[in-house]
Amino acid sequence: MAAVTLDKVNKVYDNGFHAVHDLDLDIRDGEFLVLVGPSGCGKSTALRMVAGLESISSGELRIGERVVNDVHPKDRDIAFVFQNYALYPHMTVRDNIGFALKLRKASKREITERVEEAARLLELTELLDIKPGQLSGGQRQRVAMGRAIVRRPQVFLMDEPLSNLDAKLRVQMRAEISHLQHDLGVTTLYVTHDQIEAMTMGHRVAVMSKGFLQQVDTPQNLYDHPNNLYVATFIGSPQMNLAMGQLDLDGTAHLAIGKHRLAIPDDLLSTRPGLRAYAGRDVVVGLRPESLEDASVKPDPTGGDRTLEAMVELREGLGSEVVAHAKLDARGPHVETAQGVPEGSLLGDAGIELVARLDPRTTVAVGKVAKFTVDIDTLHFFDPETTLAIRD
Amino acid sequence: MTAVETTGPAMEPVGQRTHRVLTKVPTGILWLIVVLWTIPSFGLLVTSLRPEADQISGGWWTIVSNPTLTWQNYHDALFSPPGGTLPFSQAFVNSMAIAIPGTLVPIAIAAAAAYAFAWMDFRGRHWLFIGVLAMMAVPLQMSLVPLQQLYSGGAHVSIGSSTFILIPDLNLNNKPIAVWLAHTAFGLPLAIYLLHNYIAGLPRDVFEAARIDGANHFGIFWRIVLPLAKPAIAAFAIFQFLWVWNDYLVALIFLGQNRDASPLTIQLVNLVTSRGQGTELLPAAAFISMVVPLVIFFSLQRYFVRGLLAGSVKG
Repeated sequence: MAAVTLDKVNKVYDNGFHAVHDLDLDIRDGEFLVLVGPSGCGKSTALRMVAGLESISSGELRIGERVVNDVHPKDRDIAFVFQNYALYPHMTVRDNIGFALKLRKASKREITERVEEAARLLELTELLDIKPGQLSGGQRQRVAMGRAIVRRPQVFLMDEPLSNLDAKLRVQMRAEISHLQHDLGVTTLYVTHDQIEAMTMGHRVAVMSKGFLQQVDTPQNLYDHPNNLYVATFIGSPQMNLAMGQLDLDGTAHLAIGKHRLAIPDDLLSTRPGLRAYAGRDVVVGLRPESLEDASVKPDPTGGDRTLEAMVELREGLGSEVVAHAKLDARGPHVETAQGVPEGSLLGDAGIELVARLDPRTTVAVGKVAKFTVDIDTLHFFDPETTLAIRD
Repeated sequence: MTAVETTGPAMEPVGQRTHRVLTKVPTGILWLIVVLWTIPSFGLLVTSLRPEADQISGGWWTIVSNPTLTWQNYHDALFSPPGGTLPFSQAFVNSMAIAIPGTLVPIAIAAAAAYAFAWMDFRGRHWLFIGVLAMMAVPLQMSLVPLQQLYSGGAHVSIGSSTFILIPDLNLNNKPIAVWLAHTAFGLPLAIYLLHNYIAGLPRDVFEAARIDGANHFGIFWRIVLPLAKPAIAAFAIFQFLWVWNDYLVALIFLGQNRDASPLTIQLVNLVTSRGQGTELLPAAAFISMVVPLVIFFSLQRYFVRGLLAGSVKG
């Protein structure tokens, strides 16, 4: 087992495209780190550089204590799981799994033992003597995993290994891979575009966008304390609602969103002292859907200065909760987020869409104005120019 | 029209029936071609089995009224042909000795070259590949004379008073290796082109997986590319083998003076020109030379049908 360290790693292709910018990542020994971002953000390139399938333009890559920038992939002591499985179609499952050992000139007995051990772990024993063409997607994925674990590598590298599976199988394989990684304790770098995979599987999650690393943290911290608007809108589903607000700290501190005024309690200002610098200025306010609640279910404890009124346009009952989409009379930020330029900005002054996750007892109805209680303490604030979070 | 349309649900509409009939037309034409092309071969087979007198007295269809069959023609052609003709059993072996290396050598070189062109990064790869393809435009006949000179005299360049030997005088003419080399050279451009297209289409992931598993270029070529390229190799092998087996010109130019090493095609011609003797052996001899192409085709044709790539990647 070993730690993996990327130190100011860059990738510039021959055609001048700068795919990865100054990437610093520290994957601890035995850690499951997920690299997540939309397609084209450089996450796969970063992974392939760790594997040695792409050259590193500048910076340093260490596996354990060893600098491996110019080490051949086979000598890096890594295993790679491909999105398309990349099984050898002309070999049986047994030969597929044992191929690396065979190339290393391991003895026949050792190969058999280790292949069968891996097969037991992955429940592939019955399938050892058939070819990949006869396997289902999930079984092929298992063979690909078997090929990785049989080598007992220091690092697992996985490139969207679940994206070709159907939804149900994906959930199952997600758990299996997590289990396997936990049992084997192998340092793992896992690339995905699916933020749910990232949140559920990773010990820590690294969010990338356009070749830049945005933030690395535990899933909960990413959710609770996003560093910038990009991370805030990328992590979480439904997505965080964004609205422009004006902070007024004269007299009773309040936040104006459109025609609404939300009272700002003193403890919010003391936990986020950075907000004081924005007195009288525009800020981007982020509201998680669960920070909003139907005021008829959960009345505003302060008696009215922590509510927003919005016209409900869609009500989706999910049984355990109701997701309401409502039109809030406010401006949206003109900044790019994980989902592109937000809808609100396109609507101009027509308002922004507010998504709320409500208690199923809610009485909100489509076409009616509903009153939402806002959990002020869970609000997020961002600088509209730099898009960075305002905290301290 | 209207009458048909109103005759109730049991009758199918005219449009559908026309469609059904029309879709059978291509199949019908194909069958017609199959029959037309098979008749001469069938006639040859029948004639080859008839005694000389029966062959002369009428066409092969007279077998119906005079059904005498004999293996004598085959026996004579194989072991005791008239005049100075090489026995066909010997010519058969000679043909094999030309066609097998003439197929395997270009495949070995072309597969390696195709892999290099498809998956190895080296300087000038693109232009080199174009150069190889351009050679397909050179007609075989144009290179016969220079090639023969090269075989018998080598190649020299004289600058001032000094002479540089580019290729030594190997005196290859009328040796089987002369034909092997010629067939290899003439077959390579097409072989590289065909195999390159196939090998370049193999999924990149598989190569990368093999690299991570510890295979070097040779290992990837030997353990991954060759097994996966089998269908393309088989397809080319069939073409090349048939071409070399049926070749007359190249063998005549480079091996024509060497009776003991000459292949079936040359001996077939010798049989006809030997003062009218032995013409009755011609159908049998022709059939002997046809046996191998037939066997080759039927034993390798499954590679045309089977997609070996199923299961490698999704879809």
